[in-house]
Amino acid sequence: MIRLEEVTKVFPGADRPAVSSLSLHIPEGEFVTLVGPSGCGKTTTLKMINRIIEPTSGRIEVGGRDVMSMEPHLLRRSIGYVIQQVGLLPHRTVEENIATVPRLLGWDRDRIERRVAEMSELVGLGADLLERYPAELSGGQQQRVGVARALAADPPVLLMDEPFGAVDPIVREHLQQEFKDLWRRLGKTVVFVTHDIDEAVRMGTRVAILNVGGVLEQYDRPEEILANPANDFVSRFLGEERGLRRLALMPVSSAGLDRGPVVEITATPEEARAVMDAHGSDWLGLLDGGRLLGWVPAAEVGTSPLADLEPREFLVILRPEDSLRRALDAVVTSRTRVAVVVGEQGYLGMLDIDRVAEEITE
Amino acid sequence: MIDFLGQVWDWFGDPANWTGNRGLPGLLRSHVFLSAVSVATAAVVALPVAVWLGHTRRGGALAVSLVNVGRAIPSFGLIGVFFPLTLMFEPTSRPLGFWATFIAMVALAMPPMFVNAYTGIREIDPALTEAARGMGMTGRQVLTGVELPLALPLVMAGIRNAAVAVVATVTLSAWVGCSSLGTYVFVGFAQRDRVMVFAGGLAVALLSIVTELTLGGVERLVDPLRPMRRRRR
Repeated sequence: MIRLEEVTKVFPGADRPAVSSLSLHIPEGEFVTLVGPSGCGKTTTLKMINRIIEPTSGRIEVGGRDVMSMEPHLLRRSIGYVIQQVGLLPHRTVEENIATVPRLLGWDRDRIERRVAEMSELVGLGADLLERYPAELSGGQQQRVGVARALAADPPVLLMDEPFGAVDPIVREHLQQEFKDLWRRLGKTVVFVTHDIDEAVRMGTRVAILNVGGVLEQYDRPEEILANPANDFVSRFLGEERGLRRLALMPVSSAGLDRGPVVEITATPEEARAVMDAHGSDWLGLLDGGRLLGWVPAAEVGTSPLADLEPREFLVILRPEDSLRRALDAVVTSRTRVAVVVGEQGYLGMLDIDRVAEEITE
Repeated sequence: MIDFLGQVWDWFGDPANWTGNRGLPGLLRSHVFLSAVSVATAAVVALPVAVWLGHTRRGGALAVSLVNVGRAIPSFGLIGVFFPLTLMFEPTSRPLGFWATFIAMVALAMPPMFVNAYTGIREIDPALTEAARGMGMTGRQVLTGVELPLALPLVMAGIRNAAVAVVATVTLSAWVGCSSLGTYVFVGFAQRDRVMVFAGGLAVALLSIVTELTLGGVERLVDPLRPMRRRRR
């Protein structure tokens, strides 16, 4: 979808190129994150794709067409663009801001109105916000408008320059999650610049790691980069928590689950003790027809029926799609030293620290 | 003191001061005309250049310092310099003093208009214009749809400052024989008529205030965020 061939950018007066003969191929529908230290030319690379910055040499194609052969403003109307500062027009309402590109393209009024409604719903903006001005919105809401504006004319490609860098961490995580879901539904080709390696591996289906001067060090799926860094620069850039970052990308469902010291509530106390002994456990999990009720300490399992016990709740209950990193967190923080996993049909199983460690060393 | 103010009051009440070419309406008209023509000419010259330099973000610092040099030259001096020079030209339908004052007033009006328009456009967040370009606006669309509306209040403030300064200073035209409200001041001095001097000065001061208030109102009307501010109130 996007192809960069030997692209070089030397800014006037600079003694070294910002980007030097970079070649990058971004297939249709991929979510590519460009990440690297400051001065690595990631933003310059992004801005050369829509010609906000003109390359010094090399060739850039979008959808098979050389960008240098097109009028810049026409090229840009076919490419979504989101920047960190958002850049909403302060003298236009939210509605007018979202309608920017459709208006430039000369869509008729009804079509624009329908599209604006559709877009604001897509990014989770209430209809009551449409009449407001950007200054009346929170940072998170402003960036939602920024995304809606970029998507309004339904461009096949979206360029994003640290789009969630200016909002607070909690809102950022929300927006990241929502945007990733949005991308899955819309199937756009996304190029996403960030300096945050966590964001890069979490958001991208492919990650391009750039070094100072726009040198491409590694370009691969995030799991692959974390498992096999191409060189010292990449491993240093990935940092010391590489293992944890890999866990963050793996769903709980990818690991083998143990049934654990768990019995149905209809079991006899003797059976329950046998299960605990078999697992060497000092606690017992209780199920009611496959539904997880909670756990009780071994000392409370006496002679009376299990149904008379008062089970304690597991503080963290994971779903199969949660990451192994969350599972690890649950293991080390819970009293029972396990992470329990519950799916649509009820109790699925549990992970202990050894299971998680197995996954990471595989 | 009370006595003096009473005489001024009477002066304004005297029907003789409301008719003829020494009458208030006539002199007011000349004063406003000379001011308006000067401010309009300065705007036509200074604003497009300022807007263009601000839009392209080039050469502005140099231009601003050049304009500020202009600011340092007193209008009185300029009239003094240009009046003898205009004597060398053929007479026109306007008195020679008109053109000398006109040149000095254009020079007086340009700096505040230029500096305000230039900074008004230049100070717009570059991220904003970049986003606008990134959406696919042409240079002209960025200028007319983003930069000009956002800079408009500051541009208007420049025009207002210039207009107030010009209205006050056009008074000097009477010195070189072009009638304005300044005529009362200069003639009054020559005739040692302190009531007339005071009345002339008062008329100029009132006209300046009216100019300030009127253009201040226009400034608020062109505020692109006016709908939002009104709603907040």
